[in-house]
Amino acid sequence: MYDFDKIYHAASVEEAVCMLQKDENSMIISGGTDVLIKLREGRLTGCSLVSIHDIEELKSIYMEEDGTIVIGPAVSFSQVTNHPIIRQYLPFLGEAADTVGGPQIRNMGTIGGNICNGATSADTASTLKALNAQLILVGSGGERRLPIHDFYTGPGKTVRGRDEVMTQIRIARKDYENMYGQYIKYGKRNAMEIATLGCAVLVRTDETKTRVEDIRIAYGVAAPTPIRCFRTEETLKGRQIDETLFAILRRDVLEEVSPRSSWRASKTFRIQLIKELGERALRQALAKAGVTDIREGGAKDA
Amino acid sequence: MEIGRSRHRVDAWSKVTGEAKYTADLFPDNCLTAKVIRSTIANGRVLSMDTREASKVPGVVKIITCFDVPDRQFPTPGHPWSVEKSHQDIADRKLLNERVRVYGDDIGVVIAENEIAAARAARLVKVAYETYEPLLSVEAAMAPEASQIHEEKPGNVVASSGFQVGEGDFDEIKKEKALIYVNGTYQTQTVQHCHLEVPVSFAYMDHDRIVVVTSTQIPHIVRRVISQALGVGMGRIRVIKPYVGGGFGNKQDVLYEPLCAFLTTQVGGRPVRIELSREETLACTRVRHAITFKLEGLVSKEGRLIARRFTGYSNQGGYASHAHAIMANASNIFKQLYQDEKVLESKSYTVYTNIATGGAMRGYGIPQGDFATEAFIEDLAYAAGMDPLEFRLKNCMREGYTDPHLGIGCYSYGLKDCIEKGREYIHWDEKRKAYAHQTGPVRRGVGMAIFCYKTGVYPISLETASCRMILNQDGSMQLQMGATEIGQGADTVFTQMASESTGISVEKINIQTVQDTDVSPFDTGAYASRQTYVSGKAIKKTGELFKGKILEYASEKLNIPAEMMDIREDEIIDKNSGDILLSVGALAEEAFYSLEHSVHITAEATSHCKENTFATGACFVELEVDIPVGQIKILDMINVHDSGRLINPKLAQAQVHGGMSMGLGYALSEKLLYDDKGRPLNDNLLDYKLPTALDTPDLHVAFVELDDITGPYGNKALGEPPAIPVAPAVRNAMIQATGIHFNELPLDPQTLVERFIREGLIETEETAYV
Repeated sequence: MYDFDKIYHAASVEEAVCMLQKDENSMIISGGTDVLIKLREGRLTGCSLVSIHDIEELKSIYMEEDGTIVIGPAVSFSQVTNHPIIRQYLPFLGEAADTVGGPQIRNMGTIGGNICNGATSADTASTLKALNAQLILVGSGGERRLPIHDFYTGPGKTVRGRDEVMTQIRIARKDYENMYGQYIKYGKRNAMEIATLGCAVLVRTDETKTRVEDIRIAYGVAAPTPIRCFRTEETLKGRQIDETLFAILRRDVLEEVSPRSSWRASKTFRIQLIKELGERALRQALAKAGVTDIREGGAKDA
Repeated sequence: MEIGRSRHRVDAWSKVTGEAKYTADLFPDNCLTAKVIRSTIANGRVLSMDTREASKVPGVVKIITCFDVPDRQFPTPGHPWSVEKSHQDIADRKLLNERVRVYGDDIGVVIAENEIAAARAARLVKVAYETYEPLLSVEAAMAPEASQIHEEKPGNVVASSGFQVGEGDFDEIKKEKALIYVNGTYQTQTVQHCHLEVPVSFAYMDHDRIVVVTSTQIPHIVRRVISQALGVGMGRIRVIKPYVGGGFGNKQDVLYEPLCAFLTTQVGGRPVRIELSREETLACTRVRHAITFKLEGLVSKEGRLIARRFTGYSNQGGYASHAHAIMANASNIFKQLYQDEKVLESKSYTVYTNIATGGAMRGYGIPQGDFATEAFIEDLAYAAGMDPLEFRLKNCMREGYTDPHLGIGCYSYGLKDCIEKGREYIHWDEKRKAYAHQTGPVRRGVGMAIFCYKTGVYPISLETASCRMILNQDGSMQLQMGATEIGQGADTVFTQMASESTGISVEKINIQTVQDTDVSPFDTGAYASRQTYVSGKAIKKTGELFKGKILEYASEKLNIPAEMMDIREDEIIDKNSGDILLSVGALAEEAFYSLEHSVHITAEATSHCKENTFATGACFVELEVDIPVGQIKILDMINVHDSGRLINPKLAQAQVHGGMSMGLGYALSEKLLYDDKGRPLNDNLLDYKLPTALDTPDLHVAFVELDDITGPYGNKALGEPPAIPVAPAVRNAMIQATGIHFNELPLDPQTLVERFIREGLIETEETAYV
């Protein structure tokens, strides 16, 4: 039994916003895989729920004319993974969504919930950050659009107002075209797991597959929120693809992350994972891009 | 012949279809819910409880605090009661306790109409405490300035024991220059059973009697403890055990049944239920003891074990439960599995602390003891420069071994055959060579460990079991056991045994899976690895009686001496010719309704078992370790068991699979964590890393099947042994892969990475190129 007062089933975004506004103790529920845990712990005693689970406009994935891919926030993880558009253009996002929890969680939990929950460990967040996703929020004040980089404000905290509904996750063509990517979730077991560390790397090479044209490096649990390593990316852009690339990544990402020690994992352990997973994700992304031969780099520089 | 047949489980259909009723399926409609109010400190005293706000929550029926319960202390472990006072279990808890010894201790209870009201009210109770420093480790609890957790045990030592095998003095022998000296500290962690069905019970009154329905391994013991806790006569208590979804020893303890029984008496006999959450199960029931082992050993250059010294410290947690029995058992495997040429000195301590109470868990101290024994033996073999397998063959328990203190022997002996079988399967000799000199970030290793395990608890405790067979009008049989099916397959093998000993076919035997103390004969329950052995003997004895009575009646009808006849496949036959004389069905109808001689043929017998025997076995593991990320992948593993004759080979194999999986969790990932206040950190199944199906490799099983003369059907222990040797085998394989001797469980990724950094297997300085 779950301890809440009432639940509204919204048929449209407008209705959801209206209900959220009317009831100060209300909050959004979609797949419920995060909200129900809090309810079960008695942390939301007496609250009202506004379900956006059945709002059709939030449940589809499509491509706009300019190639922008729009993902409805109420799309479940398993739908993300299996959708033809995702499989064709963003397979690495589908793979990331497929690492969440177990099959039941992936059938219920949604990609929008994954982001709105504000957790640094969210499995789709680092890939969406690497993709420069744009988010649309609709609330009583109207609609606003913001990059995912401006969304997170702290652990479990985002800029989303209580009465705001996320309506779209948008990914522009320039952010995925010819990009190859890899998300590595590091957990202590192979299923039913929260990431000890997550790393997403996207890479675009030149035509000869010898040079990095564009690279995106994002981490989960390497800081209080999901983060990008923009400075390391700048250093690596345009570089020859050789072993040096990985050595620079390993060294430079450490300047941009801020992992902490907790009982779940020590800082020492997380730092080792940050370096190792960054390198491994980049190697796997390059392999997907068709880079087969990686030569030794230049002279050593201590 | 039923013994040795892989019969389908008798409960397979009910369990697969969901037809089987477990305790929570049986809650009566008007059942109240009780929620335990739990302490938010680990060590201290409740000064007062303010229940005014909580009482106002709609739906609350009654709130009972630690100040309202009878001032009676009672014991909880599932041991047979001892008539000797000095051997009786420690009675150190009340239904609710003012003196807080564990974070989450039971200090009050809310009874309400529904779960939500109960939970809301429990959160609103205000508690004032006197707080003492939490004592989380054995060292802290044994320190001179430590507070006294139980006033009956000054110094917090629950019990200690010691023994010596052989003559001489370890320190004197150590002076011999030719010997190699090895010492080390080995540490096992606190883990929990994680049975699928959480502890759950409900109680109601039937006039002046209390009926308790509960998920337990030990219904008859639950009845006795309720009687002790409430001061109510045994005949006024009735305990019913429906289908059970696993116990692994946690339900070999009396958990919330006495409280539940008490609560119904406080609400006029209305049914009250207590169903724990998973979090409460992990934090507030029982755990496997964490044990620290300080070991010393002397080995000759030829690889002969000369002398050892053992000191063990067991972290008991807040209440005694099974207490020192487990530590003592752990010290016994160190003695039994290897024999020293000169001397073994052994000392053990069990110490109260303020973490969750240690109790029985599959293997009863032996997984801890075997980890220490087999890790240490490996280290001795390395010190002597010997192949660890050869070292074991040279020094391990031999055929004919008898424990010098307990008198338990190996009445069948397959240990060395198990080692050889595993050696061949894993390609030990080739792989030890192949993996001898590795470099690079990903490395492999093979490792092994052996064990021995006594089947029942004789002569430490009483072993008694009884069985009842009832003939039906059509020649079928009702089989009633005091022993319990808890998921392990007991009812199936009992049915096979009953068929074997009576000649009634399995299809015609109806075993009563629900134990009801008003009806079921006495048995102490599912624990140790006793039921196929001890309760099996009761079936054999009862079966012989039952068959004798049928043949006696047949003799009367047929005018043939009973000893000339036998029963086979539900037919009474001529023993010599094999000719069918009469069906058991026809005989039964006659016996029930005969106008000349009507008799209800039943048989009942108690088997007081005064025998015990060692089962043995080995585990072999081949693994690969990804050093930079601290991940171990099991490439191949096998458990080889010497468990006597297998009653049902398929069920035996499944038993081993489950044990291996439990052993892998123990080896690689499971550990209950506490903060410095004693608050559990990972008391949920997300953060407590029980392995999932995706973490479990293919598990291989083999048996060395020898008849044990003491077993009722040649069988001996198999229930617990599979979980025992896995952790040390994994640990030992890691030595070959990395050269590192890990002395602490579990071998989780962070432990590995931090150790690899310290040992230089992972470089932390990044060198960049230009």
